Amino acid sequence: MRESDRNEGVSRRKVLECMTWAGTGVLWTITGGVPRSLGIIGEAAAQEARGLTFLQISDSHIGFDFKAPYPNSVGTLEEAIAKVNALPTKPAFMIHTGDISHLSLASQFDDADRIISQTRLDVHYVPGEHDFVDADRKLYLERYGRGTKGAGWYSFDANGVHFIGLVNVFDLRAGGLGNLGAEQLEWLEADLKGRSASTPIVVFAHIPLWTVYPDWGWGTEDGARVLEYLKRFGSVTVLNGHIHQVVQKVEGNVTFHTARSTAFPQPAPGSAPSPGPLKVPADKLRGMLGIASVTFKQGEQRLAIIDTPLEG
Amino acid sequence: MRPSTRATIHAALVAAVLGAGAAGLLAAAVLPGAAQNAPSAVAIDNFTFKPQQLTVRAGTTVTWTNKDDIPHGIASANNAFARSKALDTDDSYSFTFAAPGTYQYFCYLHPHMTATIVVEPAAGSNAAQ
Repeated sequence: MRESDRNEGVSRRKVLECMTWAGTGVLWTITGGVPRSLGIIGEAAAQEARGLTFLQISDSHIGFDFKAPYPNSVGTLEEAIAKVNALPTKPAFMIHTGDISHLSLASQFDDADRIISQTRLDVHYVPGEHDFVDADRKLYLERYGRGTKGAGWYSFDANGVHFIGLVNVFDLRAGGLGNLGAEQLEWLEADLKGRSASTPIVVFAHIPLWTVYPDWGWGTEDGARVLEYLKRFGSVTVLNGHIHQVVQKVEGNVTFHTARSTAFPQPAPGSAPSPGPLKVPADKLRGMLGIASVTFKQGEQRLAIIDTPLEG
Repeated sequence: MRPSTRATIHAALVAAVLGAGAAGLLAAAVLPGAAQNAPSAVAIDNFTFKPQQLTVRAGTTVTWTNKDDIPHGIASANNAFARSKALDTDDSYSFTFAAPGTYQYFCYLHPHMTATIVVEPAAGSNAAQ
């Protein structure tokens, strides 16, 4: 993809660079190497409305099936997938930010795959700690690890956006938070090297890469290193799961966002004695589970993230 | 493994009931500070190991039981003892500590959960003295 960019005379990255200041004036587009103005913003936005829309689901915890008000994780994942299929704009692909299964059992991964494949979308996975219950991480990696490095990290490009899937749920240490490790950080540094600062970046991992609440382990030990490597990029979006609720933060060029679970909600940081499943009345549950759709429009620094609960 | 664990607990309880017995006093005299009648069970409750520090004699089988709605897993901080499978609600894991020492451990699913097992030399043993 990068090779073909170069062959267009003016690279796609250059286009994006022009578009990052579009918010203040004229929007440029380049077709066949010839720059042309699309006019003022409103008009241009109409012409450029087609952006990249992708979908995030998280924490399906297939196998967590016992006590009220959580009747079954399979049923609520099916409801979430029905929501995906009913979206007015068909997403380009889906990312799953981990805890696909509850206990890394083959049958749990099977159930998840059977339901998720009904979207007929490509799905890019990263593991949660519940997917790495077996010490050698074989069950997850055999299924989802093809073409990935190390414990399952990788990157890919779509519509000029660079996506990076990181793994922060292995080699966890006593008393510690999520962990990426030296090998993965080295890979990330190399992956970003030489990339233009105007390339929009989306990083996704299971445990939040920033510190949400260390007392409950909601953060990543060496997450700050990632943010350091990303500092020079104009548009960075960090998508996580793990905490089963929507938390959003914007810091400079970086937008952090966590998605809801499709299985059960967890309490707000520090609002309960432990991060165990939040007990809510059955009729409130579906308002606290859901999916997130993310739209990237060229020219906008921040990606538009819409969280949709299963109900309400 | 479970029946023998129960036997151990049972023995400990009997010893507790007969706490004033000569054997108990003798052991306490030989090993000041050793928790002769300490429970050898650890409960996992609300993302916490209870008790936070458990002192046992060498040869004691320690049993962890998960009382949470969420699975937990036991792992030694420095690989000093075997890691458990993931423990779902009400599942247990037992390990017999043969060698005296201080064993730090954590939940490999929620590593912020940590606790310690202190293993003292068995009664009548001169091992680490």
